Amino acid sequence: MDYNTAPDNAAPEENAPTNTASTERTSNSIASGSIVSVNSASSDNSESTDKLMSLTDAIDKFVQDGASVAMCTCYESLIPFAAGHEIIRQKKKNLTLICPISDILFDQIIGAGCVSKVRAAWVGNVITGSGYNFRRAVEKGSISVEDHSNFTISLALKAGSMGIPFMPSRTALGSDLFKTNSGIKKFNCPITDDRLTAVKAINPDVTIVHLQRSDRHGNAHMWGNTGITKEAALSAENIILTVEEIVPTRVIKSDPGRVLFPGFRVSAVVHVPFGGHPSPVPGFYNRDHDFFLEYREDSKTVSVYRNWLEKWIYSVKDRDQYCNLLGKNRIDSLKLLKSVKSETVEYGY
Amino acid sequence: MKYTSREMMTIVAARQIRNGDIVFCGTGISMLAAMAAKNINAPESVIFFETGAIDAQLDEIPMAVADSRVMFGASLNGGLLDAFATMQNRITGKKVIGILGAAQIDRFGNINSTVIGDYFNPDVRFSGSGGACDVASFVPRSIIFMQHEKRKFVNKLDYLTSPGHLDGADGRKNAGLAPGGPEVIITDMAVMRFHDTTKQMYLHGYYPGVKKEKILENMEFEVDVSMAEEVRPPSLEELKILREKCDPQRLILGKI
Repeated sequence: MDYNTAPDNAAPEENAPTNTASTERTSNSIASGSIVSVNSASSDNSESTDKLMSLTDAIDKFVQDGASVAMCTCYESLIPFAAGHEIIRQKKKNLTLICPISDILFDQIIGAGCVSKVRAAWVGNVITGSGYNFRRAVEKGSISVEDHSNFTISLALKAGSMGIPFMPSRTALGSDLFKTNSGIKKFNCPITDDRLTAVKAINPDVTIVHLQRSDRHGNAHMWGNTGITKEAALSAENIILTVEEIVPTRVIKSDPGRVLFPGFRVSAVVHVPFGGHPSPVPGFYNRDHDFFLEYREDSKTVSVYRNWLEKWIYSVKDRDQYCNLLGKNRIDSLKLLKSVKSETVEYGY
Repeated sequence: MKYTSREMMTIVAARQIRNGDIVFCGTGISMLAAMAAKNINAPESVIFFETGAIDAQLDEIPMAVADSRVMFGASLNGGLLDAFATMQNRITGKKVIGILGAAQIDRFGNINSTVIGDYFNPDVRFSGSGGACDVASFVPRSIIFMQHEKRKFVNKLDYLTSPGHLDGADGRKNAGLAPGGPEVIITDMAVMRFHDTTKQMYLHGYYPGVKKEKILENMEFEVDVSMAEEVRPPSLEELKILREKCDPQRLILGKI
């Protein structure tokens, strides 16, 4: 993969303009957008906080069998598909998956037999409806589901990130969520005496997020809709960060407003260009709608899904091979068509 | 001029949206209805998505709510907690109109999008609530899209995913929910509303050419049909804007 070679030959000049890293992509990877630059700034060359590692190592080290894993934290964008596929490749067992709305990634991991429980508000294929592996698993009783609404799962992660046992809300009153989720309870507000909903905190063992860019220490920029990424990350014991680009620390520090959580909370930084495909990554590539439509057919039965797994995951060593399988034409077709840059802001004093 | 059932449903939904409304919508027909309202009858309405994006430019119809097209030219891009807090908030919440869909609905507008059969041993497992339960809990007015089928308009839900009027007149108040709730149900045959006092569903309108008997045949429970009138079909102007401005590629509208 790129990160093994790129630091030696692709480091941008430290004095180059801030946007160099994102505009001058010279990678030889088919997925492009994958320049890796070293931490050449004097303030960020601490070896002790260098967390850059391979995806294989990150998943091996931080996702144990039986772990609770939050991923898919911003709806249909920035889904850590590459990391999910590595989980499948390493044949992890008895995982608990956590998120508000998973697009097809949860369905894929469930179908590969890695999951015993899902804590989520919605599992399926967003543009076509049902997730067939999820359906089969629940109807057969091979996985258990803790149903949430988008807001309750978000509040659970928020409570977890704040270090409190629950968050109050006015949602779901009168619904059957109370009958099937023991972490959702009614109570009377100690201030107003209003009837409220208490949502029990969730603290995942590991949260996996795919973001646009990071330095080697886990200080990362995210833009677009942020979903519940911040809360899911801060509530977790470990954070695995996969990114489209590795940039010098000064790029991150030039705009700290785009950082969701401090780098010192991050356990692993993994450079995975195109790691969000087929989901969209704002600023990098569009959503591959056809992939989701094809997946609907490729997951309809257990046997066709087995073929899909073999083709896209087991026969593929890493993301570069996955990109080769996708082919240059398909990758090119997902390039951004309209470029719109934000204005920079003054942070001086 | 000929029009499709989907076009009719979209336009009927768009007519429910007023200037000043904050329209909460998801992917598909609800997004199209919100865009149609903004271009036809409610230019001062604001479209907002579960992702937290408010007032996106929407030059092209996004195929999913987290598509980059939803962030393009938006006034604000937020997170999930912000989006739901907009509805729970006492000031903004009053202005929000929600658009939902479901697998089953009962006479009080409670909906199921979780399972068919026993929850713990389901015959059919659906994708789940998503944000529907929260929208239904918070907003004073919601539009619910349904296919008009007997197995969908049921006496008893297999699972109550999202609260409507619960058990009737004071159902929401007794449960501690915000006032309001489901306002209108738009199907491929008819428009249903809820009685002011009893909160029971009644037939408000039937589409041109659809008989009241046929509507009742396609529901498990009886509804009052005495006030029903024919629903005005889409006007030339409405159709023109919907087809030419909102969805020229017919991505959501589908084939004519």
